[in-house]
Amino acid sequence: MENLDQLVQDGLAAVGSAESLQALDQIRVEYLGKKGVITQQAKTLGKLSAEERPAAGQKINEAKGQVEQAINARRADLERAAIEQKLASESIDVTLPGRGQDLGGLHPVTRTLQRIEQFFSRAGYTVEQGPEIEDDYHNFEALNIPGHHPARAMHDTFYFNPGTLLRTHTSPVQIRTMEDGKPPFRMICPGRVYRCDSDMTHTPMFHQVEGLLVERDVSFADLKSTVEEFLRVFFERDLEVRFRPSYFPFTEPSAEVDIEWGREEDGSIKWLEVMGCGMVHPKVFEHCGIDAEEYRGFAFGLGVERLAMLRYGVNDLRMFFENDLRFLRQFR
Amino acid sequence: MKFSEQWLREWVNPANDTQALMDQITMAGLEVDGFEPVAGKFSGIVVGEVVSVAPHPDADKLRVCQVSDGSQTVQVVCGAPNVRDGLKVPFAVVGAVLPGDFRIKKAKLRGQPSEGMLCSEAELGLSENHEGLMELPEDAPVGQELDEFLKLNDVTIDVDLTPNRSDCLSIKGIAREVGVLNSLVVEGPEIGPVEALHSEVPEIAVKAPEGCPRYLGRILRNVDLTVESPLWMQEKLRRSGIRSIDAAVDVTNYVMLELGQPLHAFDRDEIEGGIVVRMAKPEEKLVLLDGQEVELTSDTLIIADHAKPIAIAGVMGGEHSGVSEKTRDLILEAAYFDPITLAGKARHYGLHTDASHRFERGVDYELARDAMERATALLMSIVGGEPGDIVEVVSKQDLPEDRTVDLREQRVADVLGLHIDRTTVEEILTRLGLHIDKLLKNGWRVHVPSFRPDISIEEDLIEEIGRIYGYNNLPVTEPIGSLGLRPQEEAVRPVSAIQDYFVSCGYQEAITYSFVDPKVQNLVDPEREGIALANPISSDLSVMRTTLWSGLLKTVAYNQNRQQPRIRLFETGLRFVNDNDHIDQQPMLAGVVTGNQLPENWANGRRTADFFDVKGELESLFQLLGIEVQFIPSQHPALHPGQTAELLRDGEHVGWLGTLHPQVQKKLELNGTILMFELFLNSIVSGYVPNFKDVSKFPEVRRDLAIIIGSDVGFADVERVARKHAGEHLTALRAFDVYEGESLGEGNRSLALSLFWQHPERTLNEEEVHSLFNGVIEALREELGATLRS
Repeated sequence: MENLDQLVQDGLAAVGSAESLQALDQIRVEYLGKKGVITQQAKTLGKLSAEERPAAGQKINEAKGQVEQAINARRADLERAAIEQKLASESIDVTLPGRGQDLGGLHPVTRTLQRIEQFFSRAGYTVEQGPEIEDDYHNFEALNIPGHHPARAMHDTFYFNPGTLLRTHTSPVQIRTMEDGKPPFRMICPGRVYRCDSDMTHTPMFHQVEGLLVERDVSFADLKSTVEEFLRVFFERDLEVRFRPSYFPFTEPSAEVDIEWGREEDGSIKWLEVMGCGMVHPKVFEHCGIDAEEYRGFAFGLGVERLAMLRYGVNDLRMFFENDLRFLRQFR
Repeated sequence: MKFSEQWLREWVNPANDTQALMDQITMAGLEVDGFEPVAGKFSGIVVGEVVSVAPHPDADKLRVCQVSDGSQTVQVVCGAPNVRDGLKVPFAVVGAVLPGDFRIKKAKLRGQPSEGMLCSEAELGLSENHEGLMELPEDAPVGQELDEFLKLNDVTIDVDLTPNRSDCLSIKGIAREVGVLNSLVVEGPEIGPVEALHSEVPEIAVKAPEGCPRYLGRILRNVDLTVESPLWMQEKLRRSGIRSIDAAVDVTNYVMLELGQPLHAFDRDEIEGGIVVRMAKPEEKLVLLDGQEVELTSDTLIIADHAKPIAIAGVMGGEHSGVSEKTRDLILEAAYFDPITLAGKARHYGLHTDASHRFERGVDYELARDAMERATALLMSIVGGEPGDIVEVVSKQDLPEDRTVDLREQRVADVLGLHIDRTTVEEILTRLGLHIDKLLKNGWRVHVPSFRPDISIEEDLIEEIGRIYGYNNLPVTEPIGSLGLRPQEEAVRPVSAIQDYFVSCGYQEAITYSFVDPKVQNLVDPEREGIALANPISSDLSVMRTTLWSGLLKTVAYNQNRQQPRIRLFETGLRFVNDNDHIDQQPMLAGVVTGNQLPENWANGRRTADFFDVKGELESLFQLLGIEVQFIPSQHPALHPGQTAELLRDGEHVGWLGTLHPQVQKKLELNGTILMFELFLNSIVSGYVPNFKDVSKFPEVRRDLAIIIGSDVGFADVERVARKHAGEHLTALRAFDVYEGESLGEGNRSLALSLFWQHPERTLNEEEVHSLFNGVIEALREELGATLRS
């Protein structure tokens, strides 16, 4: 049995110097396998007396256990080293840019339109569309702008022929919506509009959003809250809003809406015109077959580019339609 | 309209400063566009008198003058041609500061000492006029500060009036508003009949009473038009944006500004016979006051004499009959012209005058007589003369109707959202000049005065009340909704989802003009003619787009010219096609792609985007939308004949995908391969609502095969045949390799396919799969001539 101690010593030494999992496995077979030198010691037990056998057997088991433990510990060490080495070889430069497509972007006008639509959708407005090549009736007559009306001079209209034109505002969609449905109405119409005008501050095409609410009981006071709330949500600021009497043939009373936009030198509020609005003119209701005694309504209209310019600080209207990628990419 | 603040304050003088006054009228709906001081900033200028003038010994153009400033007389060297003995002029004494911070010092001019400077209007910032010295009236008090003498503490206010407020195109009208806003009484000059000094009257025939329901004429004899209009009048005109011409024109302009009634003065000696108001005859000609000759159209209302036209009614007079220094007798005209008859006429002749501006918007139809009396009195005070009686021709039935409008107290509250008490309502109406004819049980019967043509219904009165009460004093309340919730169609995707999809595929959204260059459009859509605008802004924006490609390709060119080689753009919007006299306006979705498929970086390589990149993006879009679309080989005039697919959904055309035809590309001066697609939005947005099917628990079987087949046989055909014979449990079919090479023989290619089978309720056995697989191979051989590749 002195031999056993020597075998254990040899085994432990061999384990300690094993440099690979493969070598370690060989050592395991050599010492602990079926024919391993320590396992073989069990054969000597037969020569011992029944009294000596249990103690000797236990010794052999202890010896096996000792070597096995050493093998397991060594294996764990070797495995850990192997993993570490593998990981080290797999390391990459995580600061290099990723693979694949760049993100594109929405046009700033669309981005602005979507914010406007979101606000009014939450308030229960539907989004309506209408033709852009319009007839004179829907663009003018039905909106209480007859042929001789001086307000027509305010609309530099593109014509195809005397009765057909490019809509100068989104208001005809009001008419079409009311013609096709029954009150009450809550709708907005976003879209392209056209005026025969092109200079620093005018493009021949731009976007408007028209809004219309028709109910049995609605007043100018309700219009005020709708407009004020919209502007505060849009600009995400608790800004001052004022309503200035104005004139649109299709609303009465009519107002222009100014918002607080900075301060004058003397500290007074600098006002900026952003919208037009008013109570639906009874003539307009009449054209759409709605009884103005039973229903009242308000309408409002705003210029999308103007709001986009204010919101994003764009200083040249014409850039919206040049579609220069270096401009567009700023809004993604 | 521009006006002098001081002039307004002669009529009504509220205790607020200029800024407060402007804010107040802006908030009443008369938007102040701007204001300007009526003179430059200066000091030390007094009324001076030229006592004597002597030639300069060393300079031909200079004169040596002795000038009195009221307390002393000093020597001033002056080069103005109009300097003369006894002239009263603005005199900048030594120490004075002129606009532009120009300080007057003692100086020597060509050796002669000069102590001060005599000033022109331009030098004082009064006008652009720098021809000679400003001449002050003879009775100007020498030594008085000039700004005190000319009352220069004044501003010109510019109001941008809405077209309904013709009543405010005068001092009188604006004063009325200011009076209401400040609860002040408004007082204008006294106007009364001028006594006739002779019995001569003009002969007036109104042949077109619907266009001219009222015409007044008066003869003023023996005037002296060499007399200039007085400085105070010239100044008021100047401060209201009107240049002084001569006394007759100045007075008519003055009365127009003051009361709102345009007037005209004819030289009686140039009038043959009498005055006739009629429609023009075709081809009649008239030389206008501005010198241009116009050919009149028969829908133009004119003033004529018995031989010829002498004015376009309400727009501009003729040169021939206009007044001059030599004019001895005047015929004064004051009329009410119908706005509808005059609408657009000035514009037709390329004109826009102060008179046409007012008549088109509607002048007070009861104002002509007062204006005539006022003008007569002013003229007589300046140029003398003897007035005759006024001849007035009226067609009562053609004058606007006298209107009353009923106003209900409850309606005011309903529309404005606030109950305004009766006294306030009555006070507002009355001060606006609206007479309350009668108190009704529930409101008022209001008589609309002749100067408010814009008021005809109850709402108009409610606006007046709201406006004067102040919109910002009205409450703010939330609208009460009676609308139910709206349906929400799950199968229909919003356009925003499509836009967001393209954004995540690296596309930038563009918005291009709906009108395009016909030359470009003829290249990309030669078979359709764009609807042409009658009045385009320019020839390259003159027809409506029939395809969104017209604008997108121009945008590609724009960006390629700005060093942007990689361009991915999409746009949504209408395209316009004339379809048998009906204009078809369809929402489209279009895109263009050129340059590398992926942004260039270390990992992405530099592969140029090709057909299948864009096709893959569209296929994913169709998955997103839940629709099936077939890509059919086809031809399109703008697309590469071998790289064009027509897109069909359930057999119906939904759009195109292809590569821009190289020849078209060359003509458009574009670089690189350009892929383009265009889809009918309405045909693709509605898909389906998902419907659950059980997930099979049994294994899926895969078999691969490679065939050699003619290159002219499309993959779609291979797929169709294979699917037909693969049985109902085929779950997928994929092409995993496509190869063309010499070894396959001319006109052949190799296709490698994988087929996947799975049964919902059991494991498929080997024989079943084997038999289906062989069936597919057999069918491909028989129907398409494919051979199995060994």
